[in-house]
Amino acid sequence: MHPLRQSRLAALSVYQALEHQLGRICGPDLNPLRHLGALGFLLFWLLAISGIYLFAVFDTSAEGAYRSIDQLSRQQWYLGGVLRSVHRYSADAFIVVLLAHLLREALMGRYSGFRRFSWLTGVPLLLLAFTSAIGGFWLNWDQLGQFSAMATAELLDALPLFASPLTRNFLGTAAVSDRLFSLFIFVHVGVSLFLVFGLWFHIQRLSHAAVFPPRPMVAAVMLGLLALALAAPVMSHAPADLAAAPATLTLDWFLLFIHPLAYATSPGLVWALLALSLLLLFALPFLPQPAQAPVAVVDPANCNGCRRCFDDCPYAAVTMVPHPIRTVRQMAQVDSDLCASCGICVGACPSSTPFRSAAELVTGIDMPASPIGALRQRLSQGLAALGQAPGKIVVFGCQHGANVSRLASPDVLALELVCAAQLAPSFVEYALRDGASGVVVSGCSEGGCIYRLGQRWTAERLQGRREPHLRASVPAEQLALAWADAGDEASVMRALQGLRRRLADSLATPATRAVQADV
Amino acid sequence: MSERLNRGPMAWLGQGLLYGLFALVIGVFSSWPPYHYLDRDQALIKLSFNHQGQVVADCRDVSAQEQAKVQPTMRRTKICPRERSPITVELDIDGATVLKHVAQPSGLSRDGASTTYHRLQVPAGSHTLVVRLKDDVRSAGFNHERRATVTLKPAQILVIDFEPGKGGITLQ
Repeated sequence: MHPLRQSRLAALSVYQALEHQLGRICGPDLNPLRHLGALGFLLFWLLAISGIYLFAVFDTSAEGAYRSIDQLSRQQWYLGGVLRSVHRYSADAFIVVLLAHLLREALMGRYSGFRRFSWLTGVPLLLLAFTSAIGGFWLNWDQLGQFSAMATAELLDALPLFASPLTRNFLGTAAVSDRLFSLFIFVHVGVSLFLVFGLWFHIQRLSHAAVFPPRPMVAAVMLGLLALALAAPVMSHAPADLAAAPATLTLDWFLLFIHPLAYATSPGLVWALLALSLLLLFALPFLPQPAQAPVAVVDPANCNGCRRCFDDCPYAAVTMVPHPIRTVRQMAQVDSDLCASCGICVGACPSSTPFRSAAELVTGIDMPASPIGALRQRLSQGLAALGQAPGKIVVFGCQHGANVSRLASPDVLALELVCAAQLAPSFVEYALRDGASGVVVSGCSEGGCIYRLGQRWTAERLQGRREPHLRASVPAEQLALAWADAGDEASVMRALQGLRRRLADSLATPATRAVQADV
Repeated sequence: MSERLNRGPMAWLGQGLLYGLFALVIGVFSSWPPYHYLDRDQALIKLSFNHQGQVVADCRDVSAQEQAKVQPTMRRTKICPRERSPITVELDIDGATVLKHVAQPSGLSRDGASTTYHRLQVPAGSHTLVVRLKDDVRSAGFNHERRATVTLKPAQILVIDFEPGKGGITLQ
């Protein structure tokens, strides 16, 4: 194995342990580490809303900038002051969440293949976020703003970009004009607008992109920031004075760490570090990667243009085009550059039902490496191989979640899929009719699906909330769901044992209709 | 590794602590530890200029032979070099030379202004400064010099600039 990949996997195991611990505290659906992108969006919206208010009362002149913000914090502390503090703390949290999001995706290897576009459009957002954030300090034009503007100018002057040193703009009070403040406003507000466009591009190739975290998480973040704003309101330093250097500063280390770093080392070293980091981040998607499985293939004869695969594809890899055979219908078409080979589309296709009488099951959209026909064959042959064992159970699992093959036993048939959502719900009923007493469907934990939406679609299909749905006539006590990540095979085992108990109990009690999630 | 859905009081308390801890980390490192940009008894001297040096040579007449080599429409009587002199600057503080710098003229034809910026940290108090500047390669030594004794307060910034309109080297 490549040493880089080996290091990544070692770091990933440490990270996953942390993520699972947080999952134990918050529950998998409210685990903040699984909503970092959505949290980033939330913080950005908070920045935008608080920023609009601050800009409305901000005096955009060199003379009045400091006064307008300082008065806001002192005379209107209950609104303007709180919003100012929320603005600053949201910016800090935004950077932290952004870096955590980048780290998580990098550790999980989510930067190549069909994810390359999202990665390459995400990395520049970091630069934009830092640029806008640093520019925000200048607008206040207190000693901290003066220090940051001066330090940034000195840093930029280390590059052979400008005919005249930018630092000359800060040599005397006369040099700081309203015109210079227009530039400050562009850096802060203009770059933020670029950030909005950048974020839009970043999620372009994701369908059902989560741009808003779950409501309890929204409430927790907003309450946390509000409490912080009230407990430690952000106040200005003394007004900027270009004739005196600010000796000691209460520095925002999240956003302004680059200045002390440049003074402790050298501007050249800071630029070298920045260039190297960016080069590495941009190069990651182009490094050699394990080959991806063949992408989904559409069979026109079996595609009726129902659009379910189009709706369910997490990466917008399916588009609808005029059907070549049936002129009044559409047909799915797969963009191989975007396809993740996850098989979620196969589970969405109504033609994937194993009840079709054709000797060879061919569906409308299928995975060449693991076709649905082969799954039906494995299921039938597997159940037959279990013989007349009483209480036969079929466990459908996901390659990326808990390893279900470890559960195989004389009365348990374990079948692995690319993703749990590759399973058409009718396979559950088919297994029961083919001799199984119960079925366990296992997949990654909530929010942990490697293909983003596989767990969600599977749960909704089996609970009858999404098409194709599991028929209501299937007895609920014969089905168990187990959402467990790799390494958490014990959870699937618990679900299996629970199913066995229910099957035994059902002989004495009437069936309930609701499908239960055992884990 | 199990992640059970848990919405009991302890789970909500756990989440409260988690988000509280996050807010605490944000609150602490957004203002702590304080950063000491400058020691208490230190002052700053900033030496900077944006000045166009003298031309490297005077205009000269074009000979008849040179005229003959070019098209009639391109002929001219004088050639005036565009290139400017690099600017050499030296700064002595209390008798010791602390800065020697040659600023090259900007532009592809080296006909633009020479610029520089240097920041020097010095102890607050009285200092004797000597600034020498040469902006003409044709002169033998420095053609501008300023000698001054300044008293710098802690954190004070002294700017040394070159402004021909204000008599050359300025201290402000």
